[in-house]
This record gives sequence, C-alpha cells and structure tokens, in this order.
Amino acid sequence: MPSTATNGAAPASPATPTQFAIVDASIARLGDLPGALLPILHDVQDQLGFVPEAADARIAAALNLSLAEVHGVVTFYHDFRRAPPGDHVLRICRAEACQAVGGERLEQHLAAHGLGAGATSADGRLTVEAVYCLGNCALGPSVQFDGELHGRVDERRLDQLLGAAGILPRGGCGCGRQGGCR
Amino acid sequence: MTATVYVPRDSAAVSVGAHAVAAAIAAAAAGRGERVRLVRNGSRGLLWLEPLIEVATASGRIAYGPVQAHDVEGLFAADVLRGGAHPLRLGPTAEIGWLARQQRLSFARTGVVDPLSADDYEAHGGLVALRAALAMAGDALVEQVASSGLRGRGGAGFPAGIKWRTVRQAQADQKYVACNADEGDSGTFSDRMLLEGDPFTLLEGMAIAGLAVGATVGYVYLRSEYPDARAVLRAAIETARARGWLGDSVLGSSRAFDVHLRIGAGAYICGEETAMLESLEGKRGIVRAKPPLPAIAGLWGKPTLVHNVMTLAAVPWIVQHGGAAYAAIGSGRSRGTLPVQLAGNVARGGLVEVPFGTTLRELLVDYGGGTRSGRPIRAVQVGGPLGAYVPSSAFDLPLDYEAFAAAGFLVGHGGVVVFDDTVDLGRMARFAMAFCAAESCGKCTPCRIGSTRGVEVLDKILAGEQREANTALLRDLCDTMTHGSLCAMGGLLPMPVLSALDHFPEDFGKG
Ligand SMILES: Cc1cc2nc3c(=O)[nH]c(=O)nc-3n(C[C@H](O)[C@H](O)[C@H](O)COP(=O)(O)O)c2cc1C
Ligand code: SF4
Ligand code: FES
Repeated sequence: MPSTATNGAAPASPATPTQFAIVDASIARLGDLPGALLPILHDVQDQLGFVPEAADARIAAALNLSLAEVHGVVTFYHDFRRAPPGDHVLRICRAEACQAVGGERLEQHLAAHGLGAGATSADGRLTVEAVYCLGNCALGPSVQFDGELHGRVDERRLDQLLGAAGILPRGGCGCGRQGGCR
Repeated sequence: MTATVYVPRDSAAVSVGAHAVAAAIAAAAAGRGERVRLVRNGSRGLLWLEPLIEVATASGRIAYGPVQAHDVEGLFAADVLRGGAHPLRLGPTAEIGWLARQQRLSFARTGVVDPLSADDYEAHGGLVALRAALAMAGDALVEQVASSGLRGRGGAGFPAGIKWRTVRQAQADQKYVACNADEGDSGTFSDRMLLEGDPFTLLEGMAIAGLAVGATVGYVYLRSEYPDARAVLRAAIETARARGWLGDSVLGSSRAFDVHLRIGAGAYICGEETAMLESLEGKRGIVRAKPPLPAIAGLWGKPTLVHNVMTLAAVPWIVQHGGAAYAAIGSGRSRGTLPVQLAGNVARGGLVEVPFGTTLRELLVDYGGGTRSGRPIRAVQVGGPLGAYVPSSAFDLPLDYEAFAAAGFLVGHGGVVVFDDTVDLGRMARFAMAFCAAESCGKCTPCRIGSTRGVEVLDKILAGEQREANTALLRDLCDTMTHGSLCAMGGLLPMPVLSALDHFPEDFGKG
C-alpha cells in the first residue's frame, strides 16, 4: 500500500464554506475564554480532523493576534494537523516502557504494509501517528485506535483491530511476515 | 437482591477488555434474571490482573481477575455474584498481599469508589479536609502543608510549603492554582489513574490550595493523550459545581474557588511549568527564564501555585490527618508516600503507593515479580525520559530524593521502567537524545543543537567509529547541556545518556 505524508507535507487544501462556518462557530463559542487559541484549535480539529491553513487568518483576526502567532502555535504542537486524516487514526506508542516489551515491532509491522508514522494510506482509510506514552506503560505495547486505548498489542492483535475496522482483510493481509499477520 | 459488581473504567483496564467484560456481565445477568448494579470504578492498580472485577458480598468485596468477556458465562455458572469459587477468584480484595502491603494515602479511594458519585466520595471521607480548611486561617493551612514535608511530585521535589507561603504572601488582585496534569514521562500513569478513579480528591486538594494561598481560580492542564481522564474530570467538575463544592461560595462559605480544564496538544515540554503556563495562555510552549518564579509572576503575570496532580492529591489527607502524621512517614527529607508506577517489562506492573525509603529491590522483586519475559532484569529507568538507567548493582538504593541524587539518579514522577537482558542501552541513549531533539522547545542552543549533535555522535560511537574520541566528545556535549541549558529538559538529558554509558559501556560500540 503506497502512502502519502500528511503531517504538514501535503499542500494545504483551500477551506470550504462549511469549514469556515465551523471555525466561526468555534470562535463565537470559545473566543472569550482567557487563552482561547488552543481551545479553539482543538475544537476545530475535533470537528474537521485538522486545522485548515485558511482558518489561521480568521482566528487571528478574532483573537487580535498576528497571523504569525497563530501559525506558530499550530505548527508548534504535534497534535494539530494541516490536512484531513484518514477515516481511522492509529497512534502507536514509541516511548521507553513500550519499547521494553517490543513496541517497535508494531511500527515495523505497519512499515511492511507501507504505513509509516505520519502517513495516511493511499485509500484514505488509515492514518498512523507516533506518540510518546499513552499512560498505559504497565500493559504495553500500547496503541490508541480512534481514541480508544489498547494494551498488550502484538502484530496479531493489531491486525485484528485493523481487520475489525475493515482496514485490513480479517485474518491478516497475506504479507507472509513471520509471527505477524495470521 | 441486587448484586453490586465493580468493573473498572480505568483506561488501562479498558485497554485489555474491561468494556467488553462489563457488557458481558450485563448480558449474563439479564439472561439469568439476576439483578446487577454495575459500578464502573477506577483501577485498584493491580494492572497485570486487569480487567479485575469485584463483587460486593456479605464478607466484603471479592476480586476476580484477569477476566475476559468469554470468562463471564463460566463465572456466572460458578455463582460469581455471591463470591463463588472459580480459578480466577483472587479472594477478598483488601487481603491481596500486593495491595495490603501498600500504604495508600492519596490512592485510598481510587478503585474503591464510583469516581463520579459525589455521595460515594463523601461516604468515603471526602470533603472532611475541605470543611476543616474552611474553618482554618490561611496561614495555618500553609503551616500544615509545610510541616508535612510534602515535596513536589512532578519531578523536582521542591518543598510545597515554601511555594504555598510565597504565593500566599504575594500581593495581587488575582492569583491562580495551576495543576500540572501533563504527565508526559514514559512509565508514569499515576496522575491518569487518580483522574479517572478519584477526580474529586484532586478538586478538593486544589480548592484547599486556593483557600490557603488566596487564589479563586484553578486550571488543570491535562495532556491530550488522556481522553478518558478528560471525560471523567470534566464530569467531576460539573458535579462539584452543581453540589456547591466549587464556585462562588465553596460549601456555602461565601469564598470562591472554581476549576477550569484545559487540554494540551502533544508537546512534552509543556509539562515544564513555565512552558505549561505559556500554553495555558494560548501560546507556543516555550520555556520562560526564571526569575520571576511562577509563584510571583505566573499565569498572565499573576502569582500562581503550580503543582503536579499527585502533590495536590496528597493535600486532603494532610489537612485531615495533620502535617505531623504525614511527616511521620518516609525517609530522610523525603516525607510521606510516593505512588510508584511499575512499568515496562515487569511481571506484576501497576500502582504501588509506598513510603519513601522503600528500596528499588522491594519494588522490582516483591511487587514487580521480575520481568514479564521471565528473563533477568538488566536495567531500570527511573524518573521518565530524563531519568537514569539504573543497573542491578544499585537496586538496594532506597527511594529518597537525596539518596537518588547522590547516586546520580532521579526519582522524578516515580515511574520505574523495567528492561530485561535483551535491552541495548546504546540504543536507549540514542533514543533519549533523539527524543530531546524532537521535543526541545528550541529556546536555548545547548539543548536544541546539542541533542541533534548528540544523536550524530552516538551514531558514530554505536557504529564503532573512533570510539574513544567520540565518547569524549559526547561527554563534552553532555557537560555543556548540563550546565548551559535553560531548563531541566536539556539540563537532565545527560542523565539517561551518561548513566547508560557509565553502567553499560559494553553496549556502546566495539572500536
Ligand atoms: C521537560 C520537563 C517536563 C516536565 N513534565 C512534567 C509533567 O508532565 N508533569 C508535572 O507535574 N511536572 C513536570 N515537570 C516539572 C514541572 O516543571 C514543575 O516542577 C512541576 O509541575 C511543579 O509541581 P510540583 O511542585 O508539584 O512537582 C517537567 C519538567 C521538565 C523540565
Ligand atoms: S533546555 Fe531545551 S527545552 Fe529547556 S528551554 Fe532550553 S531549548 Fe527549551
Ligand atoms: S510508554 Fe507506552 S504507554 Fe507509556
């Protein structure tokens, strides 16, 4: 499965009127909070899956900030995306406690499917992201799939998880990896 | 009669199937015409036994675990609702040695109560401290905390009483309490467990802190990686407001304190207190130079009491039982208990709240039971990604800020990550450098450039390229980072790198 990078690398898509309406509603609802920028960005991303670059100017104007300030914040934080993610988002823990129980094998396994961290599958079904710790360090390797935490994940459980969401064919993908897809 | 069954909602339990178990129990009960009240409690912290369910019986709560959904039919056939015998039966929860040996002060209620039941909270001793605090003068409250010897659990171990005094004495029209729930360290989850299992304890601790220092507004800065904790805390704040525990008149006292929840956005450095304040203000998480201390000029320039979740969660116990009672527990200048988190390649991982002075060996062997893989323990990393890799020769060291510092180690937030003998410490040192390069806020050169250079130098060492010269270069670089960094990110990064190099030199190239 070939993949395309999405985290910042993809060209920014122009925002649609619906997207602007969502951004404006977020501003209207949250703009009066002290330090409103992060709550607004989260709210926009929760609804759209990303923060359209075209939204920066609107948010800046509403909060009396410069465009550079808004842009700087969006790009500083790893969470904010500039392009829509796939239908499903898989976040794989890369931190030490998960490494201690072989967590890096999960990334290698997905790489065998052409899915590197920060990439979305060509069919748009799955975005893979790396995270540093999900707070499940006694039950690693850990992943978060569409916001839900999964522990003691090996290659087989990962395939089951993706299979159940219709991303990989149930029972593995036929990649023939030893100890992997079954 | 309705049977009460506890199935944790803690996300660690959920990560290994707790939701499916709860659903299976509801279905099995309905199928048999049994009446069951399902309580979604926090976790008891015996994480290797999750999902660990409990049944309330005449002789107390009986535990079963680890339970999978497909075990439920068999459990019902074994009369689980009345504590029946079954291979998964662990006996009375309170008598499980792993739990009974701990000293649970901050975690007394987690896993016991329904996290969102205000009545349950009060029935288990909640609000006793807040009521007492409302009857005390602010100075007296500060003295209770000072005399308890409580130190910051976020990493630095700074005495809480000094901070409280500073914020209390600062003159300002507005002061804040800012709770640091960024919990970015790998191997740590105690903040998360408390937030998901007993959030009112944190809110009570924050309210007491607000009363003591004269702050009327509190913020919790919670990492975005914890969506379940966010949901529980948000609901708890709403309940606390509805009950009048928070708001314009705390418990009818006419004194105000309210709490607002803010979510981080995936930047490790935002756990550093000044970067966190910047982030709360809606800016990039760039570290501020100190002075001024946040206690003098913090959030929006106002005096701000910044504390980790665990520090604030210790406060209700201290106020209820007195500072002296807390100070009577512990070792040296490390007073009270530390909620230790056993993580990584460990057979019996979970939350172990023990007095300071407990040795690493007790934690790793008596509690942890060695590695999950069954192989020998080779190293443990204590204190998160900036903490040292501790070799087995140092396992008799007691948990104690000063003892750890003297040995060149860090207690940090109490995370203990276990590695077996397959670990490559050269790779882990490189990982530490790469992590710092990725997460540095970029404000100062030693950290920003040094970590990138460190990755390059380590690559050469690991490839066996001019090992001696490059190792000397690495040590130089670490020296510059230790002494030239603005904050502890760059300042402490040499700790995992050099501890790995010093204690496990055989993992650093052959040259
Ligand atoms: C890079 C870095 C990351 C930190 N991350 C956290 C964190 O996630 N949670 C936390 O409570 N403290 C963290 N700290 C420590 C805070 O700066 C600060 O000391 C602490 O929040 C103060 O609260 P305490 O006195 O209760 O420990 C971090 C420090 C550094 C340098
Ligand atoms: S040490 Fe690193 S994280 Fe800390 S202020 Fe300097 S660049 Fe930022
Ligand atoms: S290190 Fe992976 S969940 Fe904490």
